[in-house]
Amino acid sequence: MSKQIIVPFGPQHPVLPEPIHLDLVLEDETVVDVIPSIGYIHRGFEKLVEKREFTEYVYVAERTCGICSFVHGATYCEGIEQIMKIDVPERAQYLRVIWSEFSRLHSHLLWLGCFADSFGFENLFMGAWKTRERVLDFMEETTGGRVIQGTSKIGGVRRDISSERLDKMVKDLDILDQEMKELTTVFLHDDSVRHRLRNVGVISREDAYHLGAVGPTARGSGVAIDMRKLGYGAYDRLNVPVITDSCGDCLSRCTVRAKELFTSTDLIRQAVSKIPDGPVEVKVTGAPDGEYFTRAEQPRGELVHYLKGNGSKFLVRSRIRTPTLTNIPPLIKMLQGCELADVPVIVLSIDPCISCTER
Amino acid sequence: MTAQAQATTIIDVGKLVGSVEHYRNEGYRLVQIGCTKVGDTYEINYSFDKDYHFENIRIVVSADTEVPSISGMYWNSFIYENEMHDLFGIQVRGMNIDFKGTLFRTSVKYPFSQPPVTVTKGDKP
Amino acid sequence: MAFFEMVRTALRTVLQQPVTILYPAQAAKKTPISRGHVVHDGSKCISCSICVKKCPSQAIILNKEAKTWQIDRFRCVVCNSCVDTCPTKCLSMDTQYTAPAAAKGIETFTITYVKPPKPEKKDEQKP
Repeated sequence: MSKQIIVPFGPQHPVLPEPIHLDLVLEDETVVDVIPSIGYIHRGFEKLVEKREFTEYVYVAERTCGICSFVHGATYCEGIEQIMKIDVPERAQYLRVIWSEFSRLHSHLLWLGCFADSFGFENLFMGAWKTRERVLDFMEETTGGRVIQGTSKIGGVRRDISSERLDKMVKDLDILDQEMKELTTVFLHDDSVRHRLRNVGVISREDAYHLGAVGPTARGSGVAIDMRKLGYGAYDRLNVPVITDSCGDCLSRCTVRAKELFTSTDLIRQAVSKIPDGPVEVKVTGAPDGEYFTRAEQPRGELVHYLKGNGSKFLVRSRIRTPTLTNIPPLIKMLQGCELADVPVIVLSIDPCISCTER
Repeated sequence: MTAQAQATTIIDVGKLVGSVEHYRNEGYRLVQIGCTKVGDTYEINYSFDKDYHFENIRIVVSADTEVPSISGMYWNSFIYENEMHDLFGIQVRGMNIDFKGTLFRTSVKYPFSQPPVTVTKGDKP
Repeated sequence: MAFFEMVRTALRTVLQQPVTILYPAQAAKKTPISRGHVVHDGSKCISCSICVKKCPSQAIILNKEAKTWQIDRFRCVVCNSCVDTCPTKCLSMDTQYTAPAAAKGIETFTITYVKPPKPEKKDEQKP
């Protein structure tokens, strides 16, 4: 056996947008073990719930993550609505789907860019972010915020989208689809990309399932878990295809995300075609008393918001279990046995969002 | 909107390992372990999912109870158990990867075990 | 399997105009509902302090005696909550982001609103 050395990876590393630290135990160039450590940017959002009224905590929940902000806000609101037995107007449910899917487009395009950057394809990185700008423009035009949408509200949404705007949006989606098609062709068919990603960071179906992988990380290994199938919001009235890929390597996870871009645009089209007229919010009175686990599909996977109220304006507990937290154990399994040079690509392939993880 | 059925079973600490083993044998995956401080006791929720069927078991412990680790059945539980230890100060016995309180390095020790803050509105920091 | 998939896209982008904006020579993108910063209209403010209560980041300070309405721009998260709840619509959202600043500070607005006299008691002109 050769001598083992420990190489620290992160918290500051060119591929890492956010701080996570990994201690890589190496034998020559091969990683034999990984010890993760987080906690660099823990913000204590879950404790803040005791200081903010449940209606104000929406703004805090939204700021858990800068990429999937809307999903966090909507999931929190849905939890409160379930505890308080509030029926959200149909139109608001569809609007939530539309914004959630735009968040997914935004997140996946951002990730594709970062991923291209991690294997040194700068031109592709710029291309992905150029396309992402279209999504952000739409977000800003309809919600007023590029990154923090801030349209979630307990009992509905804070803003409506006019039907003319929705029609124009569907037309714009065709341009977006065209651009994304060009982009994903490079990811899925270009030989240099495929060569770099194939058989890198393989995790088997069984390992992915039992280690609690969620979202594209699980679906890339052939585990068909997609919380949108639960039918929260208006998803029960839409046809949600679950994209899976069987190889369990970096290319599979990339393929799943690339194909999900098109399911998202398809879902937006379905939602726009079915959206009814009507109010977008209902008045909320009283305070939550009870508990509920809300589960929703974030761009990175299953998100769990556990909320517990005691009948006062302040919740007792809000526990946010983010997908990256549960994707860390599978990441360790992926890294064991890989080459040192593949570590950045594998770490990025789970789409780590550390800000989410350290609520 | 469809409410999801959420069955919560409250069990003894002693029966925890047995119940978790049952879920593991049935092929459930671990969704999360979450801790809640209620008064002087801590509720710990273990959530499992199989084919979108969500089940939850709960143990209620006092601050000085040692909770057995379930990392023998679910290898990935270490991340939640360390979180529970670092933020709530729950002692977990037999974790496969024990960070010994260094997963979350907080300035206040066990921040979530501190009494809840009461706020009078209009207070300025 | 294919090689040089990116070439077509890359060549086209070379021939196109840049997609980025030459900020600050060109104005940044804005939409009519962009959340930039909160503006206070002192002539309409009735000092009801609803905005203070509803502010999730506790950025607003209202002093009824000194007749000032203050906002800490560094605490404000531009959530639009105060604008939504203001009963007299004295608060509005400007689309322009706040300028970068080197030091933290509180911006003060003066309330010039005078309570209109009631028809019966004309001499009771309290603020």
